Amino acid sequence: MAVLVIADHDNASLKDNTHKTVTAALKLSSDVDVLVAGAGAKGVADAAAKISGVRKVLLAESDALGHGVAEAIEAVIVPLMAGYDAVLTPATSQGKNFSPRIAAKLDVSQISEIIDVVDANTFVRPIYAGNALETVQSGDAKKVITVRSTAFKPAEEGGSAAVESIGAGDGAAKTRFVDQQLVKSARPELAAAKIVVSGGRAMGSAEEFQRVIEPLADKLGAAVGASRAAVDAGYAPNDYQVGQTGKVVAPELYVAIGISGAIQHLAGMKDSKYIVAINKDADAPIFQVADYGLVADYKVAVPELMDALTAAGK
Amino acid sequence: MKVLVPVKRVIDYNVKARVKPDQSGVDLANVKMSMNPFCEIAVEEAVRLKEKGAVTEVVAISIGPVQAQETLRTALAMGADRAILLQTDQDLEPLAVAKALAAVVAEEKPDVVVMGKQAIDGDNNATGQMLSAILGWPQATFASKIELEAGKAKVTREVDGGLQTLEIDLPAVITADLRLNEPRYASLPNIMKAKKKPLDIKEVGSIGVDVAPRLKVLKVTEPPKRAGGVKVENAAELVSKLKTEAGIL
Repeated sequence: MAVLVIADHDNASLKDNTHKTVTAALKLSSDVDVLVAGAGAKGVADAAAKISGVRKVLLAESDALGHGVAEAIEAVIVPLMAGYDAVLTPATSQGKNFSPRIAAKLDVSQISEIIDVVDANTFVRPIYAGNALETVQSGDAKKVITVRSTAFKPAEEGGSAAVESIGAGDGAAKTRFVDQQLVKSARPELAAAKIVVSGGRAMGSAEEFQRVIEPLADKLGAAVGASRAAVDAGYAPNDYQVGQTGKVVAPELYVAIGISGAIQHLAGMKDSKYIVAINKDADAPIFQVADYGLVADYKVAVPELMDALTAAGK
Repeated sequence: MKVLVPVKRVIDYNVKARVKPDQSGVDLANVKMSMNPFCEIAVEEAVRLKEKGAVTEVVAISIGPVQAQETLRTALAMGADRAILLQTDQDLEPLAVAKALAAVVAEEKPDVVVMGKQAIDGDNNATGQMLSAILGWPQATFASKIELEAGKAKVTREVDGGLQTLEIDLPAVITADLRLNEPRYASLPNIMKAKKKPLDIKEVGSIGVDVAPRLKVLKVTEPPKRAGGVKVENAAELVSKLKTEAGIL
């Protein structure tokens, strides 16, 4: 049995999600190859070749692949699947965008966002915003799987797989890339950060969100997150959103400030190692999952926390 | 221009799903059900496109039990022109739904399918992409802005780290993300009017599509519970605990 892992990258650098997905793939088979589909992504392929346990790295390059056009990526992967029994993709926005197309083309059911591999046919995945876990057995000959990477440890580096260039397929004649606006930030990426500081609706305005949350995040070297309520109210950009409909994170430390802890938010952060909650409502559901709860108005507590961190040498 | 909007009846957004004691699934008996929130956004967008004059007809479709008629009536009350129910008591997988929708597309010949990116029960985020692949139509998922022009659509998408804009030829499949719009509440007169709008009911079996499940659900369990921790008195104690107990900082 051979397994193909689709690399998560931005053409310049390989993302940690790839290492985590390799870990999941190695539970299925010891024959794991990685596909890097992009443009100018030779460096990404070289980085993927260093992941321990990877047999071979395939590199496909074109403009459409560089822009992550789903139809173009599908056109590369589907013919490759003649030689693989399973394809695993990190469940990022990008992975979710193209992976179901592969399943449809192969006429198999996709097994979405797995958090555990029971055996080569059986997987565990969250449903209902993580309020239930479903163990499913696939009867399909080939498996198309997306992986919730926060559930797997990253594979170590130390490998030296060969990199092989392959054809880039036909691209996508009916889809044209127009432009993109990526948020530039010196902070760590939300999905991969070791510490996340998130703000909720209690912030009351975008200015207040920036004034309170961002300096604390910077002091901790943390990424900034937000609840859906804060995003919906326009206090924080959409890609800050942590939750069922946003990003699922599992950092070492998650600091929730003025977040009540709606079901859909908890679904996105309850696997964090340590959770700190600061909320003036002692009955807020967030305290039921928090390791350390501080019942206080954030307006008082956050400045005090900044001072205490300074005193602690941060 | 004609828009097809698939909608799903799911557990209400504000209700916490509870696992059945026999681990056979989630208990939906006597639980409030509503239109999937992302489907609501898709209906709203289709109706707005019609109000702007870019679209002439909005057809809502649901695949589900007899009660899914209520979900379709909601779509009609929001402004859809007519509705189709493919009735089944079976819980279909995204692949089966995509195949059934492809059969409906062949009959209805819409110019664009606008649908939610994800249903909040199965959380698969797959049906739209599968439909696009089956039809050979271009796709634009996770849309936060849609502009229809002659023969094409310009769609701004939510991607990792920001926004991306694609131009796709029609016909196409577009899936809605959270920030595309804020769905309206149907007014009472519109709810009354919706009762008179056409709603066709067919059996899923009548459209000649293989909808057999590919995945066997072995069990559905509760996620491990996270034990609540301790309350601290102040920020200094918090930092001290993070340092000494948690070993962070």
